[in-house]
Amino acid sequence: MNRIEKRFKKLNTQNRKALIPYIMAGDPDIKTTEELILEIERSGGDLIELGVPFTDPLADGPVIQKAHYRALKNKVTLRNVLDFVKRIREKTTIPLVLMTYYNPIFKYGDEDFIKDAVTSGVDGVIIPDLPFEEAKDFIKTSKMNGLDTIFLLAPTSTPERISMITNASRGFIYYVSITGITGAKIEGIDQIKNSLEKIREVTDKPIAVGFGISTAVEAKKISEWADGIIIGSAIVRVIEENLGSPSIVNKVGEFVKTLSEGIKEVQSSARPASRSEAGEFGV
Amino acid sequence: MRLPDKKGHFGLYGGKFVPETLMPALEELEEAYKNSKKDTLFQNELLYLQKTYIGRPTPLYFAKRLTERLGGAKIYLKREDLCHTGAHKINNALAQALLAKRMGKSRLIAETGAGQHGVATATGAALVGLECEIYMGSEDMERQALNVFRMKLLGAKVREVSIGSRTLKDAINEALRDWTTNVRTTHYVMGTVFGPHPYPLMVRDFQSVIGKETRWQIMKAEGRLPDYLIACIGGGSNAIGLFYEFLENKDIKMIGVEAGGLGIETGQHAARFAGGSLGVFQGTKSYLLQDSDGNVLPTHSVSAGLDYASVGPEHSYLRDKGRIEYTYATDEEALKAFELLSETEGITPALESAHAIAETIKLSPKLPKDNIIIINLSGRGDKDVQHVAKIKGLEL
Repeated sequence: MNRIEKRFKKLNTQNRKALIPYIMAGDPDIKTTEELILEIERSGGDLIELGVPFTDPLADGPVIQKAHYRALKNKVTLRNVLDFVKRIREKTTIPLVLMTYYNPIFKYGDEDFIKDAVTSGVDGVIIPDLPFEEAKDFIKTSKMNGLDTIFLLAPTSTPERISMITNASRGFIYYVSITGITGAKIEGIDQIKNSLEKIREVTDKPIAVGFGISTAVEAKKISEWADGIIIGSAIVRVIEENLGSPSIVNKVGEFVKTLSEGIKEVQSSARPASRSEAGEFGV
Repeated sequence: MRLPDKKGHFGLYGGKFVPETLMPALEELEEAYKNSKKDTLFQNELLYLQKTYIGRPTPLYFAKRLTERLGGAKIYLKREDLCHTGAHKINNALAQALLAKRMGKSRLIAETGAGQHGVATATGAALVGLECEIYMGSEDMERQALNVFRMKLLGAKVREVSIGSRTLKDAINEALRDWTTNVRTTHYVMGTVFGPHPYPLMVRDFQSVIGKETRWQIMKAEGRLPDYLIACIGGGSNAIGLFYEFLENKDIKMIGVEAGGLGIETGQHAARFAGGSLGVFQGTKSYLLQDSDGNVLPTHSVSAGLDYASVGPEHSYLRDKGRIEYTYATDEEALKAFELLSETEGITPALESAHAIAETIKLSPKLPKDNIIIINLSGRGDKDVQHVAKIKGLEL
């Protein structure tokens, strides 16, 4: 059992939901990224999604696009990010999931990447532009080496695709809360509930929701239905607003704390019935 | 075996590499496209509009004075520049606009580099009555200002893309982001044989009318098939449009001409086959100009339409098979060709198409007089006149 699964199991037994903050590796620089990860953990982050910069991030909105370009300016590459994870693993056991576009991995070599990622201490990988149809070998090799492959489900996913994608996902399932790119506004929050119910019909795996969640209120609401909440653009915006400021790490920490507390309120009031249904997470 | 396969692969290349939100839309599009092929009403409407609106068949013109000037093979020009809106792009854009209407979509979006595909899509949208938004890099908007105004005249909104390299690839990123957001109401009119399946297949089919006409036209004119086919390659839709019909005619040599920019050694070019390697970009697997970390490199070409970091997956496949030869022409060679065709034939080519002329200038004098070359003159140069004048330091 790897760190992601363990973490979700532990949270589940505590009747808690996972807060999964996203930051870009190397934004504003690698040293700060290290401090941010440790601060996010102290502030209530349960898993961390770590972005890998890419020149053409087509699933990302303006806020995260700018983070890609800031990190690229610092010449941060996939190779650097793996080295970085190796170093930070000496300081924390928080589950780390890389979010990277496919081409940097493809250029690195699928198998080499998977092995190096696991050796460095990466627990899972989200590749938004690699649908499971194109990932057969990647899934197989990842499974053999113990790297979780986390696939995306969207509001547009058909029942057939939901079933295939939940099967292909390991660690958790990433439900994209909006028809859109990262950082866009959520409209019709209740539709998320319906979609999650449909996904639960075919899987016991944990489901985390992300892409449009920007406030503690939204996080709280959605955590009533989801196993995890992913917050990206809203956190990256705090980084952007505090570039060059000595309090950048504290500011991010404060924001993560408000998100975490919002989710905890729900956790204490969560209906026991809904939790026992989720019971044992499938592998 | 007929390619692509069911999943959109041309051997190693192609496929579907897009976020999940778009995957169902691609499945829907594939289904709609398949059905439209069997729908005689749809096909008849397309044929009718090709004839009465686009102006097909376009002429196959014997370029007598250019032939004499170069002193080698007989040179024919397939006059796609005479298509309505001035380039081959309308063959695809109009067909996709009809398809979008048939699918019940209310809005078209597209990317454009030189502006030709943007103008063609805006035209298709006006003709069938759909809303239209075109994404264009700010650098391209400046060098193709005339086409920006034309798109606006046609009722389209032009959205300036000023992030990244501010050219075609960034316009595609933005168009894909828009499509991801508005996928339920919007059809994305991809302008070339690129992107995720089924676009490389569908755009090839819509453009292959070029080669089909060329076959009977050259048989009528010469009583035999040509020895060479030459076309410029950005994404590669005009080239595949001409070549596809003749792939089985093994004696016909085919040459695709990429943008050599300021020269391969400078790194400022868009010659993917000369300087690129296998990569996954904007929905497909193909040759890509990238660094050792898999980031996409900036490109350069005097022609906005060829200024792109990757190339259609079928071209990569045909290159590996050795069926098509790929070469490049530099900015300087293209500019010379632009002038030469204007002077000798009274035809000003698009700077993109001028790359194919440039290759002909190199090749033709080495060939016997009884050889036949057909060049795909994919677009007209009116849009480039201002830009060329600026390069030559002239105030208009």
